[in-house]
Amino acid sequence: MMRTPTSEAARLVFTRDLTLAWRRWDEVAQPLIFYVVVTTMFPLATTPDMSQLRLISSGVVWVAALLSSLLALESLFRADVEDGTMEQWVLSGQPLGWLLLAKVAAHWVLTGLPLVIMSPIVGTGLGLPTSAWGILMVSLLLGTGTLSVLGGIGAALTVGVRRGSVLLSLLVLPLAMPLLIFGARAVGMQMDGDSPLGALQLLAAIFFMALSLGPIAMSAAIRISVEN
Amino acid sequence: MTWTWFHKLASPPHAYRILGRLAPWFGWTALALILVATWWGLVKAPADYQQGDGFRILYVHAPSAWMSMFTYVVMAIAAGVGLIWRIKLAHGAAAACAPIGASFTFLALATGSIWGKPMWGTWWVWDARLTSELLLLFLYLGYMALRASFDDPQRADRASAVLALVGVINVPIIHYSVKWWTTLHQPASVTKLGRPSIELAMLIPLFIMIAGFQLYFGWAVSRRLRGEILRRERNAAWLREAA
Repeated sequence: MMRTPTSEAARLVFTRDLTLAWRRWDEVAQPLIFYVVVTTMFPLATTPDMSQLRLISSGVVWVAALLSSLLALESLFRADVEDGTMEQWVLSGQPLGWLLLAKVAAHWVLTGLPLVIMSPIVGTGLGLPTSAWGILMVSLLLGTGTLSVLGGIGAALTVGVRRGSVLLSLLVLPLAMPLLIFGARAVGMQMDGDSPLGALQLLAAIFFMALSLGPIAMSAAIRISVEN
Repeated sequence: MTWTWFHKLASPPHAYRILGRLAPWFGWTALALILVATWWGLVKAPADYQQGDGFRILYVHAPSAWMSMFTYVVMAIAAGVGLIWRIKLAHGAAAACAPIGASFTFLALATGSIWGKPMWGTWWVWDARLTSELLLLFLYLGYMALRASFDDPQRADRASAVLALVGVINVPIIHYSVKWWTTLHQPASVTKLGRPSIELAMLIPLFIMIAGFQLYFGWAVSRRLRGEILRRERNAAWLREAA
């Protein structure tokens, strides 16, 4: 019997996850609602004055995006590990890193991408000028992508742990701080009229590093969680 | 070349014996060096022309900041060795490093903040090096939390080893990102190549103190690793014979 090509296997994993999510779309919408709710809290907690909100808008949007993309991470691998699918993947002879990357990519399409699309609306509510929309979306695009990979590593490590969600945030958030710094800084620089290119390039560098090294760490972590 | 010494080192009874023999050497030299450096730094070294006597907290702050990063690297190397060659003792060493490293990090933060009060006028500033030290503390805490959340020690070992390796790749990224984010701290003056901008009379006690801290680390790791070995091998035959 011929082995399925890896690209085909990865594509199957990707479409399977999207189909599953489509059938339970309310679960997909929850992080997005959380995102809007969290950003609504900042004007209420600080001040409704737009000129003051504008100062913190890029940071608030970024922090809220980080937190809400963490929400869905805990369940990323759980169902597959519990029903034995993951074991079959480990045994399938396919490179596990690619399958997991496909799964993370599907997760990003479902949680990261909606946040990116939603962010200009949320940002506007906080006084973010339209001139910064493009940079905000590009920085979030790179940032949520990296965060999905980092979160994938965290989810793979904590999949066998009881009450893993708090632990997951504790593991992933410190690793995500550079994203926050560069991402929010890029938006801030654009608003101040400086060139955000340097910060975006650094974000892109981190993204590609996560993309290349992340799958190795993820597959190592999954093997540990699935064994015995 | 034979690797028997390496394998011998990785055997718990052998390591237990060696560590027991090494620990007092580490401990007493560490104590002696720290005492000498304390006296030298607090009494003999000249006062700083700008900061007066206030700079002397440097002799605790800088070594503990150095040790906090050194310990993380040692922990990650031990974790990597344990993961690659499946040596349980190396995992034990990584586990022994974590609380020590977290303590050094906390000490660096506390002394940094105490130093900041007279120099900057506040207990805390979001200065680059303090912030990356704080993030390092979070990394240590995450590592220990992950290790504690597994019931099976082998899975705890290997899962936390992956985290330590991911973390050690991230430490420089975090460091430089925070550095770029803001800076108020004086530029690193000791590690600069060429002529150091800190006077030699101030520098010598600092190096003695760092050496003392390193040896203290050796002592603490030896003690903790012995404890780890006892805990992991509590049902082993060699322990019953030794006892």
